[in-house]
Amino acid sequence: MVAERARPGLYRFTDAVGRVTVASIAQIGYACALFFESLYWLISGPRRRQPVSLSSTAVEMMKIGVQAIPITAILSLSVGIMIAIQGIYTLRDFGAEARVVDAIAMSITREFGALITAFLVAGRSGSAITAQLGSMRISQEIDALQVMGINPVRYLVAPLLIAMLVMLPCLTLLADLMGILGGGLFCGYELHMDLSSYLQRSLDILNANDIIQGLLKSAVFAVLITLVGVINGFAVTGGASGVGKATTHSVVASISAIIIADMIFTFFLNR
Amino acid sequence: MSAQAQPVAPVIEVRDLVTHYGMRRILHDINLSVQPGEIMVIMGSSGSGKTTLLNHMLGLTRPSSGQILLLGRDIAALSGTELNNLRRQIGVTFQGGALFSSMTVGENVQLPLREHTQLDENTIQIMTRMKLEIVNLAGFEHFMPSELSGGMAKRAAVARAIAMDPKLLFFDEPSAGLDPVVSAGLDELILRLRRAMNITIVVVTHELQSAFKIADRITMLDHGQVVMTGTVDEVRAAKDEHMQHLFNRLREEVPVDADEYLQRLTEDIE
Repeated sequence: MVAERARPGLYRFTDAVGRVTVASIAQIGYACALFFESLYWLISGPRRRQPVSLSSTAVEMMKIGVQAIPITAILSLSVGIMIAIQGIYTLRDFGAEARVVDAIAMSITREFGALITAFLVAGRSGSAITAQLGSMRISQEIDALQVMGINPVRYLVAPLLIAMLVMLPCLTLLADLMGILGGGLFCGYELHMDLSSYLQRSLDILNANDIIQGLLKSAVFAVLITLVGVINGFAVTGGASGVGKATTHSVVASISAIIIADMIFTFFLNR
Repeated sequence: MSAQAQPVAPVIEVRDLVTHYGMRRILHDINLSVQPGEIMVIMGSSGSGKTTLLNHMLGLTRPSSGQILLLGRDIAALSGTELNNLRRQIGVTFQGGALFSSMTVGENVQLPLREHTQLDENTIQIMTRMKLEIVNLAGFEHFMPSELSGGMAKRAAVARAIAMDPKLLFFDEPSAGLDPVVSAGLDELILRLRRAMNITIVVVTHELQSAFKIADRITMLDHGQVVMTGTVDEVRAAKDEHMQHLFNRLREEVPVDADEYLQRLTEDIE
């Protein structure tokens, strides 16, 4: 080793920035590799008699999707009511309270339905993915799979990715419905609007693009939540406390990734 | 050993293996060969590099240089599919067992069969029970790994490792965390497996008693180097200073270089 003299602060700062940058780029590359490897196994697995397991995909779908239905419904109903309250308050100044229906329908389908669902699933399932894979890593279960000749990406990651890609858009659709319903309930209470004319008005102003925009985003969020969860889980070191740290980091990282991706997507989808 | 003319090809051959962890050199020019049907024990205290060597033999990490041949094939030169096919002929029992905690003991044993074979359900069930019989865990197939004691979990892991009737079996620290009686039982199991199935077995351990009991040959590792390879009697007779340290568990004095010591203390301090 070469003896190193005390380093100036600027040197250390640029050194740290360089390291973080390189590590981030490596992690993005690793995420892409995981994504394409999962797709590869999905397509070519059956031909090589190593298919992605349908039953474990179904199990993951239950955990990620079906079991999240009640909480998704309650939260999106609340968000719908909240938007109605804020919308009516804001539009009252212009005497345009009735236009709140448009605001609710548009903002829920284009933005909040997908976003609320993604946050919820990141907290529920993204953290669970990291915790599960992390504890498998430290108890050498991942090594055991590898030495058995079972590819961990095919066996563990691909089912998660498929389950997430199917269930997150489904949950988003549910959140859209419940959010609009929640808005309708409050409009009925505050503006004495009956529910059927509220729903008719919502249907009139929504077009397919609004809903598709939300669903497209939710598919992107699904990939982000899975990959962030998996990468953090596979990278766990340092025993049980390492699993805890990785889980926290995974949730923060996936929610950050969701918000940034949402901004970028919204920008391009609305050009 | 490998220089001698061998009547049969070795099951494992490690040639000039060098490996680094960051800048530190962990293994120095390791040469090792394991013959068919032999029980080879790799011994060393913690930090000797024996776990690193095992990970290399399992193909879990890539060496800086050197070659590892398993069943006659260079594992670094194999494609992913070829390596997976080779791995079906190899069983591994990890230190903590590494049973899948979300599956029952039976499902753990069945996993390699389900993933790699097209056997029907009944055959898989029968084979699972046979393997569990071999390790004296008959009737435990519906237990979860968390419900087993340490020794039982290790035996269940052995059942999973031999599910595909491997030609080569690795054990990582079989006696770690077990009391002497249970650990002796596991040694018996290793000997019985070799007798019954004629498997080549490699055991990585720091337990001398266990090594002397099961080994045909022992390779001693210290500070990333092979100190000696020989039969149990040869190792017992060895007078090498390192060996005596290992045997007597003496605290080894690490010579201190004053300049290096000072530099380590003052590094990165402004």
